[in-house]
Amino acid sequence: MGRYVVQRMGYMVITLLIIVTITFFLMQLLPGTPFSNPEKLSERQLELMSAKYGLDKPLAIQYMTYIGNLIQGDLGLSFQSEGRTVISMIGDRIGPSALIGGQAVVIGVLCGFILGVISALKHNTIFDYGSVFVAVIGMSIPSFVFAALMQYYIGVQWGLLPVALWKDYSYSIMPSLALSAMVIATVARFIRSEMLEVLGQEFVTTARAKGITEFVVIIRHVLRNALIPVVTVLGPLTVSIMTGTLVIEKIFAVPGLGEQFTLSILVNDYSVILGITLFYSALFIFIVFIVDILYGILDPRISMGGGKKDAA
Amino acid sequence: MGETILSVDNLDVSFQTNSGLIKAVRGVSFDLKKGETLAIVGESGSGKSVTAKSIMQLLPKQSTRIDSGSIVYGGNDLLEYGNKEIEKIRGKEIAMVFQDPMTSLNPTMKIGKQVMEGLIKHNNIRKKEAKKRSIELLTEVGIPYAEERMNSFPHEFSGGMRQRVVIAMALACDPKVLIADEPTTALDVTIQAQILNLMKELQKKTGTSILIITHDLGVVVNMAQRIAVMYAGEIVETGTLREIFYKPKHPYTWGLLQSMPKMHQDQSVPLIPIAGSPPDVSLMHDGCPFAARCPYVMKVCHNHKPDQTQISVTHAAACWLEDDWAPEIKQPEKIGGVSNS
Ligand SMILES: Nc1ncnc2c1ncn2[C@@H]1O[C@H](COP(=O)(O)OP(=O)(O)OP(=O)(O)O)[C@@H](O)[C@H]1O
Ligand SMILES: [Mg+2]
Repeated sequence: MGRYVVQRMGYMVITLLIIVTITFFLMQLLPGTPFSNPEKLSERQLELMSAKYGLDKPLAIQYMTYIGNLIQGDLGLSFQSEGRTVISMIGDRIGPSALIGGQAVVIGVLCGFILGVISALKHNTIFDYGSVFVAVIGMSIPSFVFAALMQYYIGVQWGLLPVALWKDYSYSIMPSLALSAMVIATVARFIRSEMLEVLGQEFVTTARAKGITEFVVIIRHVLRNALIPVVTVLGPLTVSIMTGTLVIEKIFAVPGLGEQFTLSILVNDYSVILGITLFYSALFIFIVFIVDILYGILDPRISMGGGKKDAA
Repeated sequence: MGETILSVDNLDVSFQTNSGLIKAVRGVSFDLKKGETLAIVGESGSGKSVTAKSIMQLLPKQSTRIDSGSIVYGGNDLLEYGNKEIEKIRGKEIAMVFQDPMTSLNPTMKIGKQVMEGLIKHNNIRKKEAKKRSIELLTEVGIPYAEERMNSFPHEFSGGMRQRVVIAMALACDPKVLIADEPTTALDVTIQAQILNLMKELQKKTGTSILIITHDLGVVVNMAQRIAVMYAGEIVETGTLREIFYKPKHPYTWGLLQSMPKMHQDQSVPLIPIAGSPPDVSLMHDGCPFAARCPYVMKVCHNHKPDQTQISVTHAAACWLEDDWAPEIKQPEKIGGVSNS
């Protein structure tokens, strides 16, 4: 197990390095430079600015410098916000994003779980069709539509929650709900199909044949087995939450990481774009790693790191 | 023979499916006596498992319809039992062993726990006692180092060992009836013999009645005193082992016996398969289900279902050939477990 973890860490570092490299060079394809946007600078000023940030050096040198700093845990300075380090900018912005993302996951997983379980247990009944319908809606309607609808009804018409901006906790509720639709749909669909599959397996009949109650059969035998593969959706879910926040934070004017990211792309703030990309990637890779570990713990059939499980 | 412990009478089971109604079991009747082993034999799809599962209400509730019949155990009709009542029967009075030990154990639960589950439910005992009893049971069915193996998961066992675990689970609460649905089909030949012997031994000790389902006549000879031959959802012939093997009356039984390899059989004698394939049970009509494949078919067979004709106290066949006015026909020469030379 220990060896497996170390090995995986190694792969994670390599993956990140590849992502940084690709992003670094792709970014050069963005139209303009960090200094072409705001106000007109003279030739001389531009040269001075470029020299200050090292942009006058050959690309290879710039790349090497960046990687060198990265290894020391330094993501560099922002090109646009005077004197701010990228790390401190991410630090400032992560709170609201983590809050709405986290809440969306909790709401989504809970509701999706309930919908999925009902669907499977009441297979081919009106309950099943109802939850499948909800899931399809959540899957096919983009989150910004939910966001707009909620802003109009909950925010404007009924005045229950603030429409936008970010002052206190109540401002986080609507963005979280808008984000969670997708999560609910994904989780519900997945749990439904996993449970249906497990319910059709012979060991469930064996369990029933022992005379234990249906409730215990479902909890102890069906759910346990159905939930193991469900942990694998955590990876794709993280991605959809991250991409979701890009849009949702803009709509609700949440000062989060996603909003910063879109902003930085618009103004060619290279170091911030790189930094946030790196952060998102690291988060995703980390979650995939956690899912793998969890899977190994939950499913006794999987042995990690070549640990031998002998067959009699 | 002794008294009847389980009596299935005129059972009709059908399934509501997307492609229509499937009448999987039609008018099946049989008795299981105390301490005996009754084998149900028949081709794949003939409704053996459906019959077995309906006894313990293990068929999917939503799609299954039990149209008529009764399953009497201990003076009551099990078909009328509600959830709570049937749970008290399952595992405690009647237990079941399934075909494929690879899929009939929960892959994520330690086998000890799986054996203990039924014990705790039915015997009202504490975990510690249940554990002790489970170790005894596993030892009894021939699992070495049972105490350590309690903590193993099913994938750490071979097929034969798993089937032993399944049998231990089934026998945990000393059931009066054991239903074994093709308990050895998924196992290789040497393991098959071991498992069958184990079941026989345990039966000797506990006096359990066994209903064994199989399409392997070798298993039948090894285990059963009586046989019910099933075809397309109906029992076409019942009798003792001797009666079915030496004096079979139904053309389907003849075909079944001819198509089976026998031990010590001259290799040059070819096996004779039954021509055609089983009828689509969703399209069944009024006549004999075997009419379409029967080499001795008569006009009457197509339109009228033959009743069971009692040949001896223990032997009955549902075939028009047994009717008084039917023409005398010559049975095929070499049938059964032994050639009649
Ligand atoms: N849950 C179900 N829904 C619909 N049809 C079913 C269901 N279970 C069984 N059947 C059908 O009922 C018929 C009898 O099936 P059954 O499993 O009893 O056959 P079997 O005699 O046990 O065959 P095998 O030797 O292959 O186990 C088959 O045609 C099968 O397709
Ligand atoms: Mg079967």
